[in-house]
Amino acid sequence: MILEIVGISVLWLFLFGYIIVGSIDYGAGFFNAYSIVTGKQHILSKIIQRYLSPVWEVTNVFFVFFFVGIVGFFPQSAYYFGTILLIPGSLALILLAIRGSYYAFESYGKQGHKGYAIMYGLSGLLIPASLSIVLTISEGGFVFMEDGNPVLDYSALFYSPLTWSIVVLSIAAVLYISAVFLTWYANETGDKDATNLMRKYALSWSVPLIIAASGIIVELYFHNETHFENLLSLWWMFAISFVLWISTVVLIWKRRNYGTAFWLLTGQFAFAFFGYGVAHYPYLLYPLVSIHEGFTNPAMAISLIVVFILGMALLIPSLYLLLKLFLFDKNYIKGKK
Amino acid sequence: MTLFEDPAYASRMLTLLTLSFHIIYATIGVGVPLMIMIAQWIGIKNNDNHYLLMARRWAKGFVVTVAVGVVTGTIIGLQLSLLWPSFMELAGNIIAMPLFMEVFAFFFEAIFLGIYLYTWDRFDNPKKHLLLLIPVAVGGGMSAYFITVVNSFMNSPAGFDIIDGELVNANPLLAMFTVSMPTKVAHVVSTAYMTIAFMFAAIAAFRLLQKKNQEYHKKSLHMAMKIGLIFAVATALIGDLSGKYLAAYQPEKLAAAEWHFETTTEAPLVMWGVLGEDNEAKYALHVPYALSILAHGLPNSEVIGLEEFPADEQPPLVIHYFFDTMVTIGMFMIALSLLYWFGMRRKWAFVEKTWYRWLIVAGGPLSFLAIEAGWWMAEVGRQPWILRGLMTIEDAATTSDYVGWMFVLFAVLYFILGVGTVVVLSYMFRKNPVEKDLEHMQGGESS
Repeated sequence: MILEIVGISVLWLFLFGYIIVGSIDYGAGFFNAYSIVTGKQHILSKIIQRYLSPVWEVTNVFFVFFFVGIVGFFPQSAYYFGTILLIPGSLALILLAIRGSYYAFESYGKQGHKGYAIMYGLSGLLIPASLSIVLTISEGGFVFMEDGNPVLDYSALFYSPLTWSIVVLSIAAVLYISAVFLTWYANETGDKDATNLMRKYALSWSVPLIIAASGIIVELYFHNETHFENLLSLWWMFAISFVLWISTVVLIWKRRNYGTAFWLLTGQFAFAFFGYGVAHYPYLLYPLVSIHEGFTNPAMAISLIVVFILGMALLIPSLYLLLKLFLFDKNYIKGKK
Repeated sequence: MTLFEDPAYASRMLTLLTLSFHIIYATIGVGVPLMIMIAQWIGIKNNDNHYLLMARRWAKGFVVTVAVGVVTGTIIGLQLSLLWPSFMELAGNIIAMPLFMEVFAFFFEAIFLGIYLYTWDRFDNPKKHLLLLIPVAVGGGMSAYFITVVNSFMNSPAGFDIIDGELVNANPLLAMFTVSMPTKVAHVVSTAYMTIAFMFAAIAAFRLLQKKNQEYHKKSLHMAMKIGLIFAVATALIGDLSGKYLAAYQPEKLAAAEWHFETTTEAPLVMWGVLGEDNEAKYALHVPYALSILAHGLPNSEVIGLEEFPADEQPPLVIHYFFDTMVTIGMFMIALSLLYWFGMRRKWAFVEKTWYRWLIVAGGPLSFLAIEAGWWMAEVGRQPWILRGLMTIEDAATTSDYVGWMFVLFAVLYFILGVGTVVVLSYMFRKNPVEKDLEHMQGGESS
């Protein structure tokens, strides 16, 4: 009982980490492509080069960690999700490949090919959109059993308003998170133009974000009532999240404490994301896979948790070193080294 | 076409495609950090700019291949669940730990690689910068180790019992330390080091043929050939132990690879040849007693033949060609590097002749071909099992449609990635020739 809670918490925490660091990466690529199209080139490309290139492989590992971890802790989910996600999963992989190869071929090799930069930027929106479909599927109603095997109902998924609300939310979240972070980062580098530009983007995406998020709660009322009621009973988590959202927007509006604003934003997403996750309990896939029945054996669970703790003991100091050198080193971010 | 009709067949083909492509980048990922480390160490110790430049240039190219390797690695990681969902459900229960650990190892490697690459000039003491490579090389080696552990488990599953179709008494540690693990891991790691050494030797030999900077490339060639020789010999010794492992625990794989149909003592080793009617090996070379020696170390020992296994559990006989390709290339590389090494010591002129240089150039791609052939032999040789003796490919594969189309999609992707890698690397090094980089270094500037 306690083991599966630990397992899902660890995975959810990593997924949350991926949402934050991944969004920064995806959004930055999109803003870069957008500025190329609108002719404001090179305001952002330098920041992307100096911040995103050294850390993108680390970003990607958060994602790999999640899907490897879920197979270990909840093997049954590998069977269900693996079978139904063949096409959406493969498409997401192709998009990730476009993105990874951009880092491989463009930033280190030749200088900017416009079309490539635009594809890279678009992949930044399409990846979260395609990955967010998994959340929609997990709400149930899109998977039926045929000859004992799960099959995904593509047309039901395509025509469901819930699918599209979650897609919109994922894109708005990516752009908002990224804009807030880059406002802070640009401000640290002392680049006024970039700071103002990113601040403008941050403010303009804040409202669509909150509308999309509220919209999904309404959609859930029609789609999955159990989940909706569970969400309502956790209303206080969403209230805190909302307050944090207001505080972030106010700080950005007043052009103060961009760093604090980013941490408040992280808090906002943490409360909303964990509120959503707790309300989803105990199902990984409504109503076919739950974390209790789909759980691995205790020996494996304990081994994984031990490995996780040891791994973290190794990683946290290394991550700290990485951040210290690239994110918080005043000379590096100002481009002096 | 079967590819578009049979999901199990299409899943096999797509996995074959992804792994054959990924193994190139994975081998580079394991081998290159060691080579950089050795070059940089020699450079610092002897205060020799040539070796420092080697490390620097190799690291520059490595960035590109690592990034593509991350992409292909992510793809195979997720494809395992997408294509083999039933296998991953079982695997999740018993062999998830090394997969999980591999992610940590890679995480660790990625962090330090990022730091290493972006800090060439940020340390006053160059030795500190060199130290950053240790976690990179260790992380790369550990990644290879953990993934090979999973593959070993597929060949010799252990650490659990199946009672009434249920997996019970799971022991994740026993599942990691299976009988095939030591030889498999050693073979994978040692061939990676060998292949990368010969890859750099091939590049250096090619540059020498183009009459490029003689001193720099001669040093590079010499170092790479020596390292290559050490690991090629190690690989041969480990390969012999792998044969003994197969004879004891997976005799059907050895028998299929050797076209050894009847159980006999004093078994000869069938080399090359073509399989004719009635399973007769034509044009083959039969080395007396050699299979018995490979299998058990004694010329008169008994080697189990393929006849002892039911027809539907016999691996495809095509693996003989893969096996021979691998062994032949391995032997060729030992001979080539040994002659080179002796020749350089004894000042034999022919090792610096054009034709010998061309042989060294061919050695690079050949070593990669040997790696591919080795994996095809290992994986095709496990047929029809995905988990030997317990789960077949047919039972493990996805039931989804459209796997064939995914194959087409990924084939296009790998083609683009492969071409892109070559184009970007050659552009990168053409733009920055050795001479230019050397001037920079001697001028005290940083590039």
